This record gives sequence, C-alpha cells and structure tokens, in this order.
Amino acid sequence: MAQPSASSLNIKATIVSVLILATFLFAWHLGTAGVATTQKLDPEYAKLMGATATQGKSAMPGPIEVGAKIWEHLKDPFYDRGTNDKGLGIQLAYSIGRVALGYLLAVAVAIPLGFLIGMSPLMSRALDPFIQVMKPISPLAWMPLALYTIKDSGMSAIFVIFICSLWPMLINTAFGVASVRKEWLNVAKTLELGPARTALSVILPAAAPTIFTGMRISIGIAWLVIVAAEMLVGGTGIGYFVWNEWNNLSITNVITAILAIGLVGMALDQLMARLQKSVSYAD
Amino acid sequence: MSFDNPFDAKTKLGHGGCSCGHHASDAEHQKAIEADNRAVARDEDLRLSRIVESAVVRALFPEDATRRAFLRAVGTGTAAAAIAQFLPLGAITDAFAQGATPEKKDLKVGFIPITCATPIIMAHPMGFYSKQGLNVEVVKTAGWAVIRDKTLNKEYDAAHMLSPMPLAITLGVGSNPIPYTMPAVENINGQAITLSIKHKDKRNPKDWKGFKFAVPFDYSMHNYLLRYYLAEAGLDPDKDVQIRSVPPPEMVANLRADNIDGFLAPDPVNQRAVFDGAGFIHILSKEIWDGHPCCAFAASKEFVTQMPNTYSALLKAIIEATAFASKQENRKQIAEAIAPANYLNQPPTVVEQVLTGTYADGLGNIVKASNRIDFDPFPWESFAIWIMTQMKRWGQLKGDVDYKAIAKQVFLATDATKLMKEAGLTPPDSTTKKFKVMGKEFDPEKPEEYIASFAIKRV
Repeated sequence: MAQPSASSLNIKATIVSVLILATFLFAWHLGTAGVATTQKLDPEYAKLMGATATQGKSAMPGPIEVGAKIWEHLKDPFYDRGTNDKGLGIQLAYSIGRVALGYLLAVAVAIPLGFLIGMSPLMSRALDPFIQVMKPISPLAWMPLALYTIKDSGMSAIFVIFICSLWPMLINTAFGVASVRKEWLNVAKTLELGPARTALSVILPAAAPTIFTGMRISIGIAWLVIVAAEMLVGGTGIGYFVWNEWNNLSITNVITAILAIGLVGMALDQLMARLQKSVSYAD
Repeated sequence: MSFDNPFDAKTKLGHGGCSCGHHASDAEHQKAIEADNRAVARDEDLRLSRIVESAVVRALFPEDATRRAFLRAVGTGTAAAAIAQFLPLGAITDAFAQGATPEKKDLKVGFIPITCATPIIMAHPMGFYSKQGLNVEVVKTAGWAVIRDKTLNKEYDAAHMLSPMPLAITLGVGSNPIPYTMPAVENINGQAITLSIKHKDKRNPKDWKGFKFAVPFDYSMHNYLLRYYLAEAGLDPDKDVQIRSVPPPEMVANLRADNIDGFLAPDPVNQRAVFDGAGFIHILSKEIWDGHPCCAFAASKEFVTQMPNTYSALLKAIIEATAFASKQENRKQIAEAIAPANYLNQPPTVVEQVLTGTYADGLGNIVKASNRIDFDPFPWESFAIWIMTQMKRWGQLKGDVDYKAIAKQVFLATDATKLMKEAGLTPPDSTTKKFKVMGKEFDPEKPEEYIASFAIKRV
C-alpha cells in the first residue's frame, strides 16, 4: 500500500479541523440560544432590567454575537477614547511591549549565568539550592513585593515577566552548556583556544538548540503571566482589557480577548520555533 | 456675602435684611443683586476680585453703616478710584490669583469603577478639573489594595479611597503608617445589602446563620455596616456567618455562581445584580445609617504640604463637582457622562437607577428613594471617630486610641469648610455631630463607652 503523500494528509487534517470547529460552534450556538421561561413583568419595571432577567436570555453569548464583536474590534483596533478605554490593538501592543522588555532582560541575565553554571561545576553546586527554591515560586507571588519595593506598577509587571522567564532559560542554558560533548572540548583544547573563544565558537553553537528550547518555553510562560499581572495592576494591556470587560460582565468581550490572547501566544511560539530550527543541527 | 459688590451702596457686607429704596419692590431689588451675583459666580476672575475687594473695603470700613454713608456721599466710581489710589486692588487680586497657580498641572487620580467615585470621575468629562487649570487623568484601578499601593508609590497624586482607608494607613493598620489625609467625603449613602434571588423569602437577618457574605475590603464602611447590622440581629459576624473581601466587579459573578449568599456592596454592583436577575436589594445602607459616609477623596500629607496650590485647586474641583452632583436635577446628565467604557463601563440605565434613586428592587417593585445616594463633601470628624470605634470593636485596632487627634489629623474638615464657602455651599459650624446608627445614638465625645455598650465585640 502506498503511503499517503504529505499534502493529502494535510488536506485531510484540515477537513477534520474544520469539522471539529463547526461541531463546536454549532453546539455552542444550541447551548446558548435557549430561552428560559420568565414570568410576565410590568413594562415600567422591565425597562429597568437587563435582557437576562426580562427575556430569559442566556448570560452566555452565542458564537454569532462573539463574531459580531470580533468584527467590531477588527474594524477599529486602535481607537483611543481616553485613559481607560483603548482599542484591542493598542492593549495587545502594550502587553507585547511589556513581555518583550521583561523577556529580553531575562535573556540578558539567564544566558551568561547559565554559561557560568554550565562551565563551572563549583558554581553549579553553589547556586543550585537558590535556583531550586526560587524556581517553583509563582511569578504573581512576587507582585506585592515588587509593587512595594520598585514602587512602580508598570515596572513591577515587567519584573514579574523577567522572573518567570528567567528559570527555564537559565536551567536549559546550564544543561546545554554542561552536556557539550567532551570530544569537542578536547579538540578546542588541542587547538589551544582560549576560554572565551571556546565558549563562543564551540559551546555556544553546540548548546544553542537546548538554549532556544528554554527560550521557547520562557516566552510561552511570559505570555501566560502577563495577562494575570495586568489584571492585578490594571491601567493598560490585554489583561486590563479582560478585567475591565469582566467588570461590565461583558462575556462577549472577554471571549474576544481570550481568542486574541491565544493567537498572539501562538504567533510568539511560532517565532521562537523558527529561531530554534535555524540553530539546530544534526550530529 | 463675599460675592456682593462692596462698592454698591445698596449691598450690605454684614448681615441683615434689605433696605435700598431704589427698586419698586423688595423682590425686584433681590433679583437685581442675584443677577449680579450670578454673573460673578460665572466669571472666575470677577469672583476673585470681588473677594479681594470685599476684604479690603471691609477692612477700611468695619462699620457697614459708615461704608454705605461714604459710598452714598461720594459715589461708587469716586470711592473705587479713591481706594485704588492708596491700595492697588488690581495688584492684590493678581497676587491672590497668582498664589493660586498650581505647582503641578498634570495630575493622575486613581478611581475604582463604582458610583461612589462619581465626583472624581464626572469632574473629568464635565470639565471641573480643567476649570481649575488642572489637567487631570483619571485612571481606573483594579482594587483597593492596588489603589493604596499606587498612591503610596506616588504614581497617583490623589485617589478615590474608602473612607476608613486613610485612617487605617495613618494608623498603620494593614500597612506601614504613613500620614494620610482625607479632605473630602465623596458620597453619603449609596450602598445596599443584596441577597441572592433564592433567599427572597429570608428577609429577617436572624435567618442568615451560615450565610457567606462579600464586602469590598476589610477597611470599608461596608464591612463595618454589615457587621453592625448582623450584630444588631444577634448574629456574630465572625462566628455565625462568613464575611470575605471580594472586589466589587467579581461580586455579581460570584452571586450568580452561588459562591456567596449576598453582599453589602457599593453601587452599581447592587443594581447590576438586579439588572442581571441574580439578586434583589434587601435594604439600602441608608436604612442602617442615613447619611453615612462611604468613599473619600484622599491624598498623602506630603502632597498637601508640598503642593498646597495644586492640592487646593484639586480639592476645589472635587467639591464643586460634589456640589453639582448633590442636585437631583443633574443626576441624569451625570449618569450619562460616567457610564461609558472609559469610566464605569456599565449600562447607562443601571447608573441612572442608582443616581436618581428610582430603581427596580429585583422582586418586581419599582422603588423611589431620592436619597439612595447623596453627595456631601464635608468630612465630619465624628465620622472618623465612629469608624475607629468599629475598627476597635472588631479587633482591627488594639490599645488606646487618641480618637480626636487622629480624626482631626486625617479628616481635614477645616480645608473643606474654606473651599465649600468658596464653592457657594454652606459648611456646618461645627466639625463634629451626633448621629444615629440603627436608632442608637453615637456621641463622639464618648467613644470608649460606645464600644463597651455593644454585646457582640472583639475587645
């Protein structure tokens, strides 16, 4: 039997994906379209009440409402109607900016430190207890401490991103550096390369795939954490947008934001995957 | 009246009835003066120069009769010119106005999206801040702890707080002690106890044993009022029920999800629970204590002392907004201004029901309670003392408390008195008063006796 070609498999997979989506949307539509029974209300009174109470409409929006809301946001993603009401595009840009800043700071710290730990068994043992204790701390637990010491909510959010993206990169870098093949290091020694040159031209390329795996994990975590951090400190960002719409019990907007968060997270992950691919090598 | 024209022989700078004779009737005379006063009130500069002129002329002629005789004899124009020769009124007015130039124009003020913040919020879209020459950014904030931290961090110059918070911060309860001030109350009343719709037959608080309640914050009037109400019904708020601190936006969702049985919360949360069919309004907070303070406008002592002009311009804007909001006829217009996503982010009808006091109670009735929420900026020191008695009653505050000194230090009643006069309001003569909470009188002179008089307490 002939193996199905890659392209025909792709087509089949796409069809199945679309079917799953369609079934989900249909079930969602059915689930939310139902109208509960309501008793007759005085029209004066009904005017003061919301649709849930008067028409027995489900509090959960259906896919059509969400679709309309998404279209509304897509039409005008960059509006600015004051400090507390900005478009979805602007909010996402704020969040991405914070993640980028915190993440880059973490890269700047984690990779050199990871090299140090990976190359020096002494430092590796000395720093190990600290890393083991700090690693499992939920990044949001740092928030009150950060707010209190940094005294700036924007910087605190960035600090939280920094601290949560630090550990996967640090550990992966250390591991990647420590597990560079002995033969390659010996070759470097035979060629009388200095430690700096060994690090840059032998260890770095050899450990790069592991380092990038750490970086890919980190960006994913950073994007998860930013939403929660912004819900806490407020002001701007997609997390604030979710909080603000929750405040208004607008589930439609919350779902829209959830979709946007998912799409941006996927884009960031794909970006890191590309970078990872570009540095990987076959033995 | 400082707004009356002192160069008008007909006006009296002192007190007393009208005696002019230049008008056909007394009413007509009054009307002419009122029209003149309105023009003064409209024009900020004119008002300022009137205040200065009045002060100077009053100083020259302490006796009202002498001043009037002098003006009648030489004529108003001559009198003004004569006085201006010796005393440069224009220059004095300028100096006075210049002294009022804010040290810092771009300010950030934090708020929580609830109707208690009405004066702080509406002052932005309705131009009360810009009228004082300030460029204020009002920033929506996620919760009370965050608003406290951001104000302590100086990210905000001033903020909307619950009225017990400046006391708690100053006393170092729940944070490091930092001298804080509360120069104005924002709203009085305006809260309610909302219960889940499934409890619509349990209207007697004695049946509430085992209920889970939510309040916005530990240091809030909501917490103290709910505890007071429960304790009066014989329930121990620490043993017979659970009271948790839940941010207002999460309350309706929790009520619907059956995580809580009810809450004592700020509006629009109560009305929103009704609007969404999740709960009904059991009682309004004014039925516990009519005229209780709730939220406040607060600033650090440092801001008050280092930027006195900015502070007084900001406070003036808030007090004028509060004066505007206290009038029933303006409420609908305010509801429209503060309902959009940039401010409260609520359906306009919900905000309107809260502010106008004509609302659906969730049980099928339309209730009319025009003072459901009211606005009165005066920070009574006795309010602060009552709050501290409750902090002590429920064990938040331990040891001896110098009630009066702290009340005076935090609730800046004298500043409010001055600015309320300038805004054309009548501040009270005293800074303390007695009031009743659920029929029981509170005497600010005897706080310890008051605490001792309760059966249920943690002292």
